[in-house]
Amino acid sequence: METAIEVKDLTKNYGEITAVNHINFEVRKGEIFGFLGPNGAGKTTTIRILTGVIKPDDGAATIMDYNILKEPLKAKQIISVVPEMANVYIDLTAWHNLMLIGELYGVPKKERRERAEHLLKDFGLHERRNHLARGFSKGMKQKLILCMALLTEPKVLFLDEPTAGLDVESARLIKDIIRQHNKDGTTIFLSTHNMEEANQLCDRIAIINHGKIAAIDNPENLRMKSSGLKSVEVSFNKPVATNELSKIPNVTEAKKIGDKIRLYTDEPHSVINSLIDYARSKGLTIISLNTLAPTLEDVFIKLIREHKGD
Amino acid sequence: MLEYQFLEQLKRAFAIAKKDLRIYYKRAPVLIFGLIMPFFLFLAFLIGRNMPMEQLFTGLLGMTVFFSCMSIGPAIVPFEARSRTLERLVSTPVSVWALFIGDVIASFLYGFLISTVPLIIGLVLGVNIADLLVLCLGMILASFCFASFGVLLSAYPPTDIPSTVMMISNLVKFPLVFISGVFIPISEIHEWGRIIASFSPLTYFTDLVNHCIQESSYYPVFVDFIALIGFTLLFLIAAIKIHERTLPDRLS
Repeated sequence: METAIEVKDLTKNYGEITAVNHINFEVRKGEIFGFLGPNGAGKTTTIRILTGVIKPDDGAATIMDYNILKEPLKAKQIISVVPEMANVYIDLTAWHNLMLIGELYGVPKKERRERAEHLLKDFGLHERRNHLARGFSKGMKQKLILCMALLTEPKVLFLDEPTAGLDVESARLIKDIIRQHNKDGTTIFLSTHNMEEANQLCDRIAIINHGKIAAIDNPENLRMKSSGLKSVEVSFNKPVATNELSKIPNVTEAKKIGDKIRLYTDEPHSVINSLIDYARSKGLTIISLNTLAPTLEDVFIKLIREHKGD
Repeated sequence: MLEYQFLEQLKRAFAIAKKDLRIYYKRAPVLIFGLIMPFFLFLAFLIGRNMPMEQLFTGLLGMTVFFSCMSIGPAIVPFEARSRTLERLVSTPVSVWALFIGDVIASFLYGFLISTVPLIIGLVLGVNIADLLVLCLGMILASFCFASFGVLLSAYPPTDIPSTVMMISNLVKFPLVFISGVFIPISEIHEWGRIIASFSPLTYFTDLVNHCIQESSYYPVFVDFIALIGFTLLFLIAAIKIHERTLPDRLS
């Protein structure tokens, strides 16, 4: 598969702090690539390097074969970015914000007007197009920023926490539009710390922590690879001591969650059999019994913890 | 190809200028330091003196061009750094030189447009302008020169606090007004004063205005033009180079 973004040995230091530490990864053309990490992990720094805002101290990055350091204008011409912080021109109208971006990317007048009309309608901002962005809510500003990014019809779209702080409806609209544009061929680089969002949208995910890549794979593989994170959740008709269940063979950890007890294990079948035997021997009735695959959040936390231990 | 790229970048610089004019012309620091303050300075100079209209007009025109062309330039970059729109601009396919030329063009247009007001008032009041063409050419050149100077003044330190830049800019602007023959013709100041005045771009513009209105100038007209062109190139190149260097600090 062809490569849209290639990152080799990328490094960025701020004084004694290494924000991005010799990272390597590739993003394939046409995929939605998730970039997950806790706050301060290096997500935004990586995006700012890839979009040509700051220069790395070491390493290289290419966007559609254009080296971002050697051919920045060509690389920037085919990308768009939705930065983490809202940064529309609040003293310009929504329309003028869009026209400005169109002019800065050299989009012909007729095309930029047509595209702006469509985008404003798609995002529900058409009626407010002649209003100053100063009076827009956070959600409206975020939609406008996304409109500005899409107006240039980029080949690669960088999104830094695009739904952070938005209401459910706005977040869903933005996710739907991301999917639609990806379907139309745009490669998406999505930085987020929202696991559910990454799980719903991304073809592959990279997890970054302390400036280093902890893992890259598709969400399903990441879940499956994580041994010790499978679990069995059980509830009985009478209270049971959690520490008693933790003694069941193959159980690595037992946690009380509400009226249920979750038992972490690599062998769920064996644990289920043991639970049935346990219930019979104690005269208990099993109210519910479920096997659970690890969530992306479980995987994320495990990887981050492992990484901290390195 | 290179020519196409240059023209394309220049078009984008004009888009930035258009944006600057839409946003910054009504900002408080621009109005205070660009129009109100020099107006009161002029009044302070005028009241209680019995001066010929021509000498007053020379001073008024010199100050208006100087202050109005330098009012928007210093404010833009710190405002944009603070509102994080600078980051957005840097991520677009616009060269650093085009980005700052855009700011210079906006300052030039704003200042030049305002400067035509005293010119028209002078013409209406019957000020005798001996060489209108040279005066207009001089105004255009001086406006571009001072606009570049304004953008240069915002290059260092790389702060995102507009008032800091405006303060630094005023520390430079006001002394220049007093040494550049705006209030006292250069020929009437001491020799050491004339040496200092020769380092100020405003000196050459006021001298040019003196030539066009009072038909007396200290330097030959071509020297005024060459000096203004030289200062313009110096300020423009320095502004672009220093901004290029300080940009990462503003964005980090």
